Amino acid sequence: MQRRQSSKTQKQPLQVHYKNQSDLSAWRKGGRTDPEKIVQNNQSPNDQKNGSKQDSFEQALSYFEKVQDHVSLKKNNVLQKHLTTVESIALQRGLPPEGFDVLLNVALSGKLADTVNTRLLKSLVPASVIPETSVVSSVSWLCVGKCSGNIQLLFLRWLITMFDFIDHKDQLRALYGFFFSFLQDEKMCPYVCHLLYLLTRRESVKPFRIRRLLDLQAKMGMQSHLQALLSLYKLFCPELVTITLPGKMKTYFKNSDGPWKAAINAVRQRNQKNSPVSQPLFLGTARPQSRKRKWNAQLIIPASSTNKNNLKEDKERNRVDLYGINESFPVEQLQTFPQLLQNICHLEFPSQMGSVLTNPLLLHYMNCIKDESIYLRLYYWMGQTLQEECTWCAADNNQYEEEFKDFLETVYKTECFLQEGFSSCEEFLYKSLPLWDGLCCRSQILRLVSWIPLSSFSEMKSHLYDPLAQLFFTSSLYFKCSVLESLKQLLQNWLNWHIINLDSESDSQFHSLNTTLSGLVNVVAELIHFVGWISTVALRLEHNPTFLLYFILDFYETVCDMYLRYNMPLLIMPPAGVFYPALLSMDSVSLNQLCYIMYRYRTNLVAAKENELTKKKILQFKFSSQTYQEYNQYIIAMVGCLWTSSAFQKDVHPQGLHMDDELLKKTTVQEFKTSFNIVYHPAMMGYAVLFLQQAWPDDTTFNFSLIKGKKWNWYLEYLYAQGLKGLKVFIESSINRVSQASRSKAGNVQV
Amino acid sequence: RRGAALAAAMESADGAARTLPSFGRLSRGPPFGRAHGRFGRSPGGRLLLPAPRSQENADPQITAFLLRKQWTLYSVTPMYRFSDAHLRDYARLLSAFIAAEKQKGLAVEIGVELDIKVAVSNIPDLKGSDQDQAAVLVQLSSRSSASQKNSEEKLIWSGWFCCVSGDDFSQNVPEDFTCLPLFLANGADCYTSIVGSWFQKTFDCCFRRLAISPLNLSWMAAMWTGCKVDKTASAVELVFSVPRLPQPLDISYAIHPEDAKALWATVHKTPGEITQEEVDVFMDCLYSHFHRHFKIHLSATKLVKVSTAIASAHCEGIIKFLQSQYLSGVLMLLTELAISQIQ
Repeated sequence: MQRRQSSKTQKQPLQVHYKNQSDLSAWRKGGRTDPEKIVQNNQSPNDQKNGSKQDSFEQALSYFEKVQDHVSLKKNNVLQKHLTTVESIALQRGLPPEGFDVLLNVALSGKLADTVNTRLLKSLVPASVIPETSVVSSVSWLCVGKCSGNIQLLFLRWLITMFDFIDHKDQLRALYGFFFSFLQDEKMCPYVCHLLYLLTRRESVKPFRIRRLLDLQAKMGMQSHLQALLSLYKLFCPELVTITLPGKMKTYFKNSDGPWKAAINAVRQRNQKNSPVSQPLFLGTARPQSRKRKWNAQLIIPASSTNKNNLKEDKERNRVDLYGINESFPVEQLQTFPQLLQNICHLEFPSQMGSVLTNPLLLHYMNCIKDESIYLRLYYWMGQTLQEECTWCAADNNQYEEEFKDFLETVYKTECFLQEGFSSCEEFLYKSLPLWDGLCCRSQILRLVSWIPLSSFSEMKSHLYDPLAQLFFTSSLYFKCSVLESLKQLLQNWLNWHIINLDSESDSQFHSLNTTLSGLVNVVAELIHFVGWISTVALRLEHNPTFLLYFILDFYETVCDMYLRYNMPLLIMPPAGVFYPALLSMDSVSLNQLCYIMYRYRTNLVAAKENELTKKKILQFKFSSQTYQEYNQYIIAMVGCLWTSSAFQKDVHPQGLHMDDELLKKTTVQEFKTSFNIVYHPAMMGYAVLFLQQAWPDDTTFNFSLIKGKKWNWYLEYLYAQGLKGLKVFIESSINRVSQASRSKAGNVQV
Repeated sequence: RRGAALAAAMESADGAARTLPSFGRLSRGPPFGRAHGRFGRSPGGRLLLPAPRSQENADPQITAFLLRKQWTLYSVTPMYRFSDAHLRDYARLLSAFIAAEKQKGLAVEIGVELDIKVAVSNIPDLKGSDQDQAAVLVQLSSRSSASQKNSEEKLIWSGWFCCVSGDDFSQNVPEDFTCLPLFLANGADCYTSIVGSWFQKTFDCCFRRLAISPLNLSWMAAMWTGCKVDKTASAVELVFSVPRLPQPLDISYAIHPEDAKALWATVHKTPGEITQEEVDVFMDCLYSHFHRHFKIHLSATKLVKVSTAIASAHCEGIIKFLQSQYLSGVLMLLTELAISQIQ
C-alpha cells in the first residue's frame, strides 16, 4: 500500500523519471542497431529520425507524468502532440515496459478527459512485457474510483487481453479479493469474471466465494460468465461446489480482445523479424495466430513440456510428487542461464524439438546432452519443414518467401551456435540446389552451404559442385563473389572441425587416423581445386575485376596457412589463372594481397620442410615436390617482375610470362624489362608518382629512373608507410638483399 | 502443375542411389535409415502385389470399414515415445485437446464426458511383416447432446496410421521411435488438423500431405491392371490433365479391364517382379493407341488419376481401396512412398 500512496501523491517523480530515462535509452539503442526494422517501418527511414521520435516519446512520457488536472484536449496543442506521439509509437513498435507505469497512472487517475484516457488505454500495446507493478498500482486506482465507469471497463478488458504479457502474476493474484469484490458491479461483472477465471488457482476457491457467486447467480439469473467461474471452481474443488452446471456451453465469455489484438500481432510480427534466436520466449502462450494455410506447417514452435505426466496413473503421480526427485523442470519456465545451470539435471527437452531453434538456452543444453534421439527428432522435423516450405520446390509457396527466408536464417544461426551443420539441411541443399534459380533466398542458401559436412568427393561433386558451378558461371559478378565467400567459410568450417577432432583424437578412441585423415585431406584438396577452377574461369569471364579477385585471394589466404594454422598436411598453390591476373593486376590491393599470400605459403612450406628434416614427428603426409616446384616457379616470376626486372627472361612457368627478346622488341615498348617492377607496375605507378612529387617537388617530368639506390630504399619505406604490409613481409622474407645500401639482386628465394 | 513437373525433375535428380563412406561426422544427424541412399530409393523394380492374403485373421468388419472410402494420404515421421500400451490414455487426452481447441482458452477437464468421443485402437492384422508396427485407428464420434441417455453416436471422422512392409526403415530407427509412416484420414479437414496437431505436439512427429507423382500413378496403373479379380471387374480408367490451358481440361481414358490385362500380359516378362521398363512400355502402348485414334499425345499431359478394380488413386494424395484382398498390397506401395518422402 505504501508504494501506491507514493505514486499517487507524486512524491518521487524525479526518481521514476531517471529510471525511465536510463532504461529508455537502452531500449532505443536496441531499436537503433537494427537497420532491418527501420527499413521495414518505412516511416523512420534513418537513425536520426528514429532517435528524434524516441526523444519525443520521452518528452511525452514526462509530460504525462507531470500533467495537471483537467487539461482540455481541444485547446491544448501540447497534449495533442504528446498523445499522438504515444499512439504512433505504440502502434509501430509497442511501448517499452517502463512506459506503462506513467500512462496507466494518468489514464486511471481521472485527471484528463475520458476521450484522452480512452485513447491512452487503447494505445497500451506492449513491445515486450508489462511490469506487474504498474498493473498493481493501476488496480489501486480502481479502488479509489476516480475514473469513470467506461474507463474502468476498458481497463479490465485491457487487462484480460494483456494478461499473458504481464511479467509476473503473484502480486496480482494476491489482489484476488479486490477483483472479487468488483463482482457486485453489474456492468463490470462479466469482465471481472473473466479476469478471475484467468487468476483462479486451487487455493483461490473458498466456500465464502462460492456462496457469493451462487447469491449473484440467484440475483442475476443464469449468466454464462458466472457459470464459467463456478465450473472452474467445481473443477478445482468438486466437493465444495455441489450444484449441477450445464455441461456444455458454447461461449463463456464475450470476445473481449478489444482494440488491441490486431496491434499486438502487428507489433509482435514486426519485432519477431529481427532476431529469432535471441528472442525471449516468455510470451510463448500469446503467440499471434499463424496465418498459415496449412495446419501442420509452423515454422517457429514455442517450447512446451511434454505432457506425459498425464498418462501416468494417479497413484504413481502422487508417489512421484511425494519424493519430488524425478520432477522435471518445465521448459516454459527456463529463462536465464543460471536457471539452466541449476536445473540441468531435471530439465527435459520440449515436446517438439523444433522449438529449440529459437531458444539459446536449450541449444546450450543440447550441446551437453549426447542423445541421438534428440538429433533424430530435430532431423525429421527440419527435413520435412524445409521441403514443405521451400519456395522454389513447391509452386504455390512464392508468397511465403519472407517467412522461409527467416526460417533459413534461423537454421543458419543455430548451426553457427552449435558449430555444426544439420544433416537434414545438407540433404535439403543437395535436393534443392539443382532446382534453385540462384536468386531466391540467395544469401541464406549460400550461408547454409558453408555448413555442409564433409563427405566423399563424388558425393560433393554431383550434389554440390556441379549445380553450384552451373549457377556460378551463368550468374552475376556479385553472385560469384558470394559463392566464393561461402566456399571459404565452408573450408574454414571443415578445417576448424579437423583441428577440434585432432585434439579430441588424442584422448579418445577415435577413428583410425589413417583413413580419416587421408580422406579428409582428399576432400579438402578437391574443394580447393574446385575453387581454383571456377576462379580461373570466372576471372576470364568477367575480365579480371578487382572485386572478384579480392574474394578469390581471400579464399587463398585461408589455403596458404592451412598447415600452420589448422595442422592440415596440405598446401595447394593457386592455379596460374589466378596467380598471374593477381600479379599483373591494375590494383595495388590485389598485388599486396598476393604478396601476403606468397609470404604465408613460404612460411608454411619452410615449416613443413623443417619438420620433415628434423623428423620431430613421423609424417604420414609429405607435400609433393610439385607444390615446392610450383611455389618456386611463382616466386621466380614474382621476384623477376617486381624486383629484378627480369620476368620475361626468368619466368619458367609453362603458363607464365616468358617471352623472347625478339618478340618483346616488336612491341616497341621502350623499357619492357622494368615495366612490372615496383616502380613501373601499373598497380604501383600511382605510388611512384606521389613519391616523386614528395621527393622532388620541383621536378615535373616524372623521371621514374630517379628511384634507385638510396632512393629505392626510401621508396620502399614510403610504400610500407602507405599500408602495403603484404609487400613488406614478402620483400623482407623472400628477397635476400645483398646489401642494405645498394639495390640488390634477387638472392636465395627458393625453399 | 508446375509443382508436379518440378517434383518429377527432382525425382530424376535423386535417381542414383548413393553410399556414404564413413568419415567422422561434422554434423550430427541420423546415422540410421540411410540404407537406400539419402533420398529414398527410386525403384528400378518392385515386387508384384503379394498374392491375396488369406483373410482368416483379418477382421472383416474393420476391412469393410476401410474399403470404399476416400482417404487422404499423409506421411508421418517416426513418433517419439509412442506406446501401444497407452492408447486409452491417448484417447482421453486427445478428446480433451479437441474440446480445448473448440473452446479456445478455457479450462477443460480431462476425462469427463465431452461432445466428441475419441476412440484409439489397434488394427492388429494390418501389417506386412512381424517387424511392422500394428496399425492404429483413431475415430471421432459425436454424441447427440439432446438425448444423453440413449446416446446415438455418430462417426464423424476417422484416421489411421499404418506401416506395411516398412522393415528397412523401421529397423534402422532407435527404440524410442515408432514407425507408422503412412496416415490416412477421412472426414472434415478441421478434425484432421486437430488430431494431426495433437500427434505432432505429443510425439514430435511431422505430418505432410503425400502427393502421388505421375510416375508412381503409372506404376499403380500397371500393377493393378495385372491383378486377378473374381467378379466382373470395372474398367481401368486413367485421367489426364492438359497443362497450360486457360480452362482446365481433363481427358479420361477408359480401357476394358480384359484388354488392359491382355496388353499387360504381353508387356510383363519378369516373373515375380515389375520393372520400370515394363511400366514405361505399357503406358507407351496405351499412349500410342490413343494417339492413333485421337491424335493427342498423352505423354505431353499429366496423369492425375488412376482407377482400377483394385483401388483408385489421385495425384493429390487421395486413395480409395476397392478390394479387401489387395488392401495390404496397396498399402505396401503407399508405405514405400511415404517412407521415401520422410527419408
